[in-house]
Amino acid sequence: MSVADILTVLLVSVGLVFFLAGSVGLLRFPDFHSRLHALTKADNLGLGLIALGVAFQVAEPFGIVKLVLVWFLAVLAAASVAQLIARSALDRLPDGKEADKRG
Amino acid sequence: MSAAFLLDAGLCLLILAAALLAMAGRDLFGAIAFFIVYGIMIALAWVRLEAVDVALAEAAIGAGLTGVLLIGAWAMLNRLGVPEDHKPAAGWLRLVAGSASGAITIILVAAVMALPAGREGLAPMVAEELADHGVSNPVTGVLLDFRAYDTLMESIVLVVALVAVWALTPPAVWGGVPGLRQHTRPDGVLAMFGRLLPPIGLVVGVYLVWAGSSQPGGAFQAGTVLAAVWLLVVMAGIHDEPPVSSRLLRTVLVAGPALFLAIGIAGLGVGALLAYPAEYAYALILLIEFTLTFSIAATLALLVAGRVRRAP
Amino acid sequence: MTAFLLLAALFLLATIALGFLRVHRGPSRADRIASAQLVGTGGVAVTLLLSAASGNGAIIDVGLVLALLAAFAAVAFVKSTAADGAGDPEEDEGP
Repeated sequence: MSVADILTVLLVSVGLVFFLAGSVGLLRFPDFHSRLHALTKADNLGLGLIALGVAFQVAEPFGIVKLVLVWFLAVLAAASVAQLIARSALDRLPDGKEADKRG
Repeated sequence: MSAAFLLDAGLCLLILAAALLAMAGRDLFGAIAFFIVYGIMIALAWVRLEAVDVALAEAAIGAGLTGVLLIGAWAMLNRLGVPEDHKPAAGWLRLVAGSASGAITIILVAAVMALPAGREGLAPMVAEELADHGVSNPVTGVLLDFRAYDTLMESIVLVVALVAVWALTPPAVWGGVPGLRQHTRPDGVLAMFGRLLPPIGLVVGVYLVWAGSSQPGGAFQAGTVLAAVWLLVVMAGIHDEPPVSSRLLRTVLVAGPALFLAIGIAGLGVGALLAYPAEYAYALILLIEFTLTFSIAATLALLVAGRVRRAP
Repeated sequence: MTAFLLLAALFLLATIALGFLRVHRGPSRADRIASAQLVGTGGVAVTLLLSAASGNGAIIDVGLVLALLAAFAAVAFVKSTAADGAGDPEEDEGP
């Protein structure tokens, strides 16, 4: 087991823990907006750790560039979409004010 | 019980679960969400089957573009106030559909199980011939060289489908702009997303078609990525759809198939329809793929944008 | 190493399956589409692991395309929730 292999196993394992946390949070949290927290933060951190872990197994440098790009795109997409879905899911009172102003 | 077997078994279970849950759901939107999920799972299955070109196409079309199309259609039905039909279908209809699906499944399983193990099919023959034909990705070689006729027909069929959609235009807005007028908050998240993602998507799309000659990729996959990126630009309100009467648009739409056809007919001079002279094969294939990519991108984007709704 | 990566992918499939439950239960449409997004992110992670397990770098391209296009259905959904089907959920807000 080389150093690269040990690092891969470590990083991927921690990434899996975060993915599990994200999915469990998705199932257990009481309302939509808290579920969105679990979704966007935990999952994308897990993806980043897995991408980092896999990077130690990749032979050519272009592969590492692609891995960084994949993670960057996933985070960008998740962040933007989370904002948009969260806004659209806020309840609105008839006079246009928002009903839920917490956090 | 190797790790690979467990993984494949788990994937099969998830694919079946996604399909069943898509049908078992109570409402249409849940079915659409599961259809997108199903597309992602199938893309993973293609990866496990070592068909990476197909996985790319499935990820782009099945999980990406079809999702946008279905949600757009669902949203349109909602806006028109069409009530959802929750009545289950008639008993006899369900029986016929179930038996037909079951029969086809049994036939497919029997056919796959009956395949002789270890035989490689046409792969050795393709590998032999590939050296004279410019590209080193066997899938691209088959699509654009050995079976170029099929690909040519497919690209023409796409344009015909688009013409059919345009034929639904009401006379008052003939030649006008497809889709609704999109508006967004100029400093908001959607506008920023629509500015950041498209350049990256453009680079990825060009990379996919360029790499398609030697590794998985190709015109359809790249074209779909570019179409999706254009749709995002429109959805984010950065730019409006062009009117369908625009000459530039129509040129882009037919340029791919037309160039393909022209090169094919010119191939008659070298021996047969769609034959490429050996020393130019790589250049010709790359030329066809690039032009086809942009035509496919425009066609798919306009197919998803839908019917013409606004005057030019 | 290959076995570890494939088992890690299997574990990810199990967490994706948990996401299926949320897509099925809802209760709101936003829940469903956001959970479909989770399946997409999980799928990207699975492709990364599969690419390392088989040594085939082209599989990362599948993850790239999935990551790129995963958000589009959600954006289409969000636009459809606006009053005229073509707006932005942030447009009615103050700065």
